[in-house]
Amino acid sequence: MEPTISFFSGLQISDLWYLMEAAWRTVLISALSITIGTVLGVVFGWILYEGRWAAALTLGPLLDVFRSVPLIIQLVLFYNFAPIIGLNLDPFFSGVVILGIYCASLVANVARGGMEAVSRPMRRAARSLGMSYWQDLRYIVLPIGGRAVFPSWVGVALGVMKDSALVSVLGYIELLKASQILITRTQEPLLILTIAGAFYFALSYPISRYAASIEKRWTS
Amino acid sequence: MIEIRGLEKYFGTLQVLKGIDLTVPKGEVLSIIGASGSGKSTLLYCINALEEIQAGSVKVDGTDVHAKGTDINALRQKLGMVFQQWNSFPHLTALENVALSPRIVKGKTKAEARDIAAKQLEHVGLADKLDVYPSALSGGQQQRLAIARALAMEPEYMLFDEATSALDPELVGEVLDTMRLLAEEGMTMICVTHEMNFARDVSDRVAFFHQGVIEEIDSPDKIFGAPKSEHLQKFLSNIR
Repeated sequence: MEPTISFFSGLQISDLWYLMEAAWRTVLISALSITIGTVLGVVFGWILYEGRWAAALTLGPLLDVFRSVPLIIQLVLFYNFAPIIGLNLDPFFSGVVILGIYCASLVANVARGGMEAVSRPMRRAARSLGMSYWQDLRYIVLPIGGRAVFPSWVGVALGVMKDSALVSVLGYIELLKASQILITRTQEPLLILTIAGAFYFALSYPISRYAASIEKRWTS
Repeated sequence: MIEIRGLEKYFGTLQVLKGIDLTVPKGEVLSIIGASGSGKSTLLYCINALEEIQAGSVKVDGTDVHAKGTDINALRQKLGMVFQQWNSFPHLTALENVALSPRIVKGKTKAEARDIAAKQLEHVGLADKLDVYPSALSGGQQQRLAIARALAMEPEYMLFDEATSALDPELVGEVLDTMRLLAEEGMTMICVTHEMNFARDVSDRVAFFHQGVIEEIDSPDKIFGAPKSEHLQKFLSNIR
């Protein structure tokens, strides 16, 4: 009997573990990017809000660039051209940098909106009690403004998580890249993309449910 | 003692205060009356440096409020302020609203701040509302909460900026009663107000503002009984 060589093989249980591992990498890169992006974004938002420095003139347009240029182009440009200035980052960290900045540019506007949501009289009342500028920011503006824009922030965070799929173009094996690899092997795109989609849903849904429950608690 | 000398304040090119001289000794209740836009509220904002001034000086117990080296956050603890809009902190309960600044500004412990807050809320008649959020309080209750919040810093002076103007008519009384109580307790108060009965009954002196100057300042009897200035006569006849 002539031995046959098969290039394709069906989906196995181990492949599910492979996808799970990839989903974990999606969580990892998303969580890191969103955390960095949120911290940076709040600082940027504060600069935009205070807005009296030249920084606001330069920062605003810069953030517009990051918000407007498609993420996939930013990723490829950064990954390929960062080494020229001596930054040899692997796909994971390149992804974190670009996703983080992208997230920050979105969060900046959300954060500025939050600060604007706290009325001037409210802040004056806080200051009249002897609170310093920073105490006012920490104890009044952050909680009140934060609650006002929390839903928008959740939207940004979920968006960044889904956009992390684009880091696959750099060769980082997260959920989407892992699915593509499996599709190539099994030739079952429908099944595998459905599973990958279900993974993304399973990651997003608890977050949005949890967010909704927090909002509900705040408004009651 | 609050001493104001030659105070001038501009918003852009518009001059809202045109050289105010005013001394308020400890223990006095001073009411400020006058038409809207005459600069009454702005004066209060200048006293605790929520607004900058362009000329003159404000001294509180000898400390120049607007001088560069002044620790304004420390000075503001002496000057409690109640605003037209009560500005309750919506994310905190009544108790937390009052306890917040004693804790973070004065460095009291949580338990101490709680005690202070509970005491002040009782003081203004909100002892049964400690754990209620401001959204569940009426305007009058929120304004009393704002008074308790200011009192929790143990101020030596209280500034009231039209504290009852934003309230529904049936809620004005409870806030005025609280202010009366403070006056009886000997608090030094400057009240910008449209409540002429309050000004007449409670004040030691009444100042009439007209277009950025104090046009007349005297005892309530003289201001309401025998107004000298033409503008004041007109103002009083308009509101009666």
